[in-house]
Amino acid sequence: MKHLHTWGAIFVIVFASVVGDVLLTRAMKQVGDVHALLRRSGLWTVAGRVLSNQNFVLGVAAMAVAFFSLLFALSWGDVSLVAPAAASLTFIGNAFAARIFLHERVDRRRWIAASLVAAGVALLAG
Amino acid sequence: MTFRKYLVVAGVTVFAAAGDSMLSHGMKQAGNISLHHLSSLFLALLNPWVAVGILLLLAFFAAYMNALSWADLTYVLPATSLGYVLLALVAKFALHEQISPMRWLGIALISGGVGFVAGGEALTSHAHHEHAPRSVEAEPIAIPSGAES
Repeated sequence: MKHLHTWGAIFVIVFASVVGDVLLTRAMKQVGDVHALLRRSGLWTVAGRVLSNQNFVLGVAAMAVAFFSLLFALSWGDVSLVAPAAASLTFIGNAFAARIFLHERVDRRRWIAASLVAAGVALLAG
Repeated sequence: MTFRKYLVVAGVTVFAAAGDSMLSHGMKQAGNISLHHLSSLFLALLNPWVAVGILLLLAFFAAYMNALSWADLTYVLPATSLGYVLLALVAKFALHEQISPMRWLGIALISGGVGFVAGGEALTSHAHHEHAPRSVEAEPIAIPSGAES
């Protein structure tokens, strides 16, 4: 039973962080290059534009869900399973999601990178 | 990539690593949190380690958003994982902890992965126009946009 809870928590964390990352990336692409914007219109305008973006707000909400599920899971779950599994599955999930929803060109180079990083994180955090 | 952009990516890495480790240190002090005592989750926020960890994670978030405004998600994400390498190296050289061969392998894999991504372009996605409605997004076009890499 506890095992099921742990994997359930991992799934919630991974799903929420992938949704959050995709929404936040989309939001920031809509806002545009922050460096250029800062030079042109200043900090408050940029901050206002980011904070009023709908994708940004939804993305932050998804990230909050992921963050609190992680805090929650870490306090009772098997830390040596939850942390590396969630972190490394998020990398793989994000590579798929970025390709499908953000139209990023995830070529072989990026796939190899995502797999290497996911494996490395699993080893390091374990 | 300009020097300023490298600084932003470095900020993403360092703030994430420092914030995460402070948060996990604080949560270990705060103890168990169960479904039936959700209020203890909010009490944990009063722990100074947890509080500073959250502040650092906010700094991470600002740097992360900055990076995502001019680079792909699949470009920025591996950079955040460099934080794990950073933490392991701090443990080894500052705290004189032993690092097992498995962990060295993990460090090598992450560094290799980051090297792979860093060698490519930062931005490949089709630029979303500011006021373009979401429904008329263009098909994936694999045009390397003019990102300086």
